[in-house]
This record gives sequence, C-alpha cells and structure tokens, in this order.
Amino acid sequence: MMKRIIVGIKRVVDYNVRIRVKPDGSGVALDGVKMSVNPFDEIALEEAIRIKERGLAEEVVVASVGPTDCQAQLRTCLAMGADRALHVHSDTPTEPLTTARILLKLIEREQPFLVLLGKQAIDDDNGQTGQMLAALWARPQATFASKIVLAEGKAQVTREVDAGLETLEVDLPAVVTADLRLNEPRYVKLPEIMKAKRKPLETLSVESLGITPRVQLRTVRVDPPPQRQKGMLVENAAELIAALKAKGLLAS
Amino acid sequence: MSAAILIVAEHDGSTLAAGTAKCVACAATVAQAEITVLVCASDAAAVARQAAQLQGVHRVLTVEHPVHAHPLAAAIAPQIAALAAPYTHVFGPSSTFGKDLMPRIAALLETAQVSDIMAVESPRRFRRPIYAGNAIVTVEVPEDAKVVGTVRTASFPAAGTGGSARIENVAPPAEPPAHTRFVSSSAAKSDRPDLQTAARVISGGRALGSAEAFQMLYRLADKLGAAVGASRAAVDAGYAPNELQVGQTGKIIAPELYVAIGISGAIQHLTGIKDARTIVAINKDPQAPIFEVADIGLVGNLFEIVPQIEKLL
Repeated sequence: MMKRIIVGIKRVVDYNVRIRVKPDGSGVALDGVKMSVNPFDEIALEEAIRIKERGLAEEVVVASVGPTDCQAQLRTCLAMGADRALHVHSDTPTEPLTTARILLKLIEREQPFLVLLGKQAIDDDNGQTGQMLAALWARPQATFASKIVLAEGKAQVTREVDAGLETLEVDLPAVVTADLRLNEPRYVKLPEIMKAKRKPLETLSVESLGITPRVQLRTVRVDPPPQRQKGMLVENAAELIAALKAKGLLAS
Repeated sequence: MSAAILIVAEHDGSTLAAGTAKCVACAATVAQAEITVLVCASDAAAVARQAAQLQGVHRVLTVEHPVHAHPLAAAIAPQIAALAAPYTHVFGPSSTFGKDLMPRIAALLETAQVSDIMAVESPRRFRRPIYAGNAIVTVEVPEDAKVVGTVRTASFPAAGTGGSARIENVAPPAEPPAHTRFVSSSAAKSDRPDLQTAARVISGGRALGSAEAFQMLYRLADKLGAAVGASRAAVDAGYAPNELQVGQTGKIIAPELYVAIGISGAIQHLTGIKDARTIVAINKDPQAPIFEVADIGLVGNLFEIVPQIEKLL
C-alpha cells in the first residue's frame, strides 16, 4: 500500500488583515478580504512534504472542507508540493466535529499512515478538529508538535506544552497537529504554480461521503472587543519609570 | 434547572495547577451549579486534597491508573467520557493540557465544544474570542447537548480555598489504549519567567537590528523579573529564537506589563498582546501603530532609552 499522508487545510482570512465586526453583530465582514491557507496548516503541509522528500512517504494528499473558493488555497498547496487535492464542498461553515467526521471518511478511503493538521485555525480559534478526528478514528493524537521523528510504525513527537516540551511515542496511523516551531514553510515559485494547475483536484460533496452536517452551536451575536483607553506619551526614561510607579507596576 | 458541572483537574502528579481553580471560578458563575472536580492520576491523594479545598467544589472524584502518571489525552478522555453521563457541563482549562484533552472528550460525547470561555451569560450561553481576540462571539449550546468547554483562565480569578468537599475514588471505567506512550518532558531551560504566564514581558522588534542588541533586552528583563518576547519581524530576521515570538501566529499573552521596544505593531503582533493590562511602547517613529494601543508611549531612540531605564531601575 502506498505510504500516504493526508494534510487538512482551511481557507481563512489572511493573518495580516485587520478584521471588522459587522455593525449588526451578525459576524465578521469577509467581503473582498484577502484569504489564505491557515498558517498552522501551511506548517503541517510543509512537514508532510519534507517527510516525503526524505523518502518516508510516497504521496501527500491535501484536503479541505469549504466553498468552491477554497480550491484556490488547495492549488497553493499543490504548488507547495502536495501531489493531489480533495475538496469537500460545503457552502456553509462546518463545525469542527463535522469537519472531523468528513476527514475520517477521507481517511477510510485513502488509508494514510499519518494525518497532519494545524493546531488551530486563526479565524474561529477553536483548536478542536485534530483531537476530534483522533477520537472518532480511535487513534493516537499528538498536538502542538514542534518535532516529528518517524520510525517503523511509530512516531516520536515533541510537543510544545505550557511547561516546556513533552515527547510522546505514538503508534501509526496517528493525527499530529502542527505548532509554529515545527518548520518554516517554503515560498512557492512561479513554475510550481503553473505546474500545480495540472495536478489532480477532486471535488466531493458532503452528502456523497454519507455525512449530514450538524450545527450545534448557535451564534447569538458577534461583538468587537472592548476598546483600550487612549494612552499617554512621556518624554524620557525618567518620566516612563515615574508613570509605571504611579500605576503601581514598579515598586516606588 | 440546576447545572451539574464536571471539571477535569490539571496537575503534575503532586500539585493542582492554577487553571483548575479558575475553572471552578468560571463554573461557579453558572447559576445553581453543583461542581465536581475529577482527578485522573497514578496516585491522586495529594491533588484531590487540594481540589477538595477549593471554594465552590461539592465533590472530588479520583480515578487512579498507572497510565495517568502523565497527562495523555488519549488515556484520560475515555475515562471522562464514561463518567460524563450525569453531568450537564464538562469543563477543563484552556491550557495546553485542556486544549489537547477536551476536544477528544467532546468527540467521544458527540458534542460540539465551546473553546476559550471568557464569560458565562447563561448556563448554555458563553462568550469567547475569535480572530485572536479581534472579535468576541456569543454562542449558545442547545438544550439537548452536553456543554463541553475550555475555560480561558486569564478571564477568571482563582477560586479561593477553605472548602472541604468529600473525596470519592472510582474504579477506572475505561481501559486506556496502549497506542500512546509518554517518553519524556523537559521544562524550558530558562531561569527567566515563562513568556506565556509571566506578569511582565519585555519584547523587542526589528529595530533592535541584531541578536547582540537583543542582549540589552535580556539585561533589562532580568532587572524587572520579566520574560523576553519578540515580534515576528525580529524572529524572522534571526535576532531572537522562534519560541519568543509574540503574536497571532506565536504566543498570545496577557501580562500585567508589556513593554514593546522597537516594535512597530503589525496587526498580527497586536492581536497577541491586546489582553495585556498595561502596554508600554518605545519607538522612534511617532506614527507607529503600536502607539495606538499603548497606555504609555515614549518616542525616541531605543539604544539611548533602554540603557537609561536600566540605570534608573
């Protein structure tokens, strides 16, 4: 059987965009906003490509659940070095549990030895899909990975935890989610973008996978965050220290 | 209707983590909550005693199994899922422990998770940050579903002590899987406070110009008992290591005092510090966006100002 890695990616608002909450509180304004591959998913993909480049995998399949527009991000992933793409079409956002169910169906079809995802998407900041997928699949999870070492049938994954670093050994197949320090994704060059246009991209419907999307959480409203009070300017280091002492932030 | 809330305790085998007391404080804001803390450990006695003292805790359950000597989500999640039936809510801290574990529990319970709860509006309605805190969404969990959530610990005070809840040991309801094994852990090798939890953070940006200049920040940080952070630009330029990166794609922090030195204030950086209590900005460009969020701004040459501050401390 082909040694295959599946990488899950999400189309999100680019991290450089300053988002705006709609005045009616119904959500975040997304019209005409620059969209990108979720940065943590890009790191997951980079890792998959490097594993393949080291000869430890034969194929990297990138998968995304989303509207037709997310094919642009899948093409970017193909240009980075993924071999083929799976687009599961959904015009409405799917909750992480539904996304995990969809990914599980793709896993059953593709039989990967490793599934890589970003640790969280920078839009909803849920950070759930990888762990939920691992639970539904009844397989190991290693979240917040900063290092992955593959051996026969196993992986040693170093995780970024609050206390420092933790290393787990997991049997494969397993789900690993990427943290920031895992690698630095490569830049895509123009010839690769051209080449990516000829790589296979298959579109599937959620229904064809036998999944009925469930929306459990109801969004009541979306508010902008509380504004910070206007600050003060000081003239020099001595005034700065005096201001900090006045706020009780330095012992006087 | 009253709420029966199960809180998954975070601990290191001997000490209950501070995040658990904050989960209890969050749970206590749910009307008519009856709070149970669950401790999965190889030897739960010491941690259970600490949990039993938290104000507002009605009961402490312990599940002891050798595999729980280390906090493996794959091992803990089936225990919690098997014990969850009588509870309306299952909460854990929004630490790496809780972020790793809770979605696995939610999936086993076939329910959605509410991540990073920052306020409780009703027993089923919660506020949580999205877009790295640039928007706050209010979500509601339907009546027929269990509420599974992580509690944003920076949003709640710690529950007080002085309580005396009863402690009950229950036999492990599930046999943990053997597919995930703990190998090792290493605490960050720094004598400085941890960037994620430090009360004071000194951060440097591209204007530092070199890794050598960054040493100036370390000296200042040591004088203040502060952690050191860096902007993405400084990390990309190689002035500071990756793990110091503060921002949307790095660490999102909420210190009492954040001092941004030579940081212009790109959006992705600002989203990582917006919960800081007081932000100080030192930058030579008075138009830098960092001044829009700074509580105290100082326009000037950092290479003159930083040594002056150091001398004055």
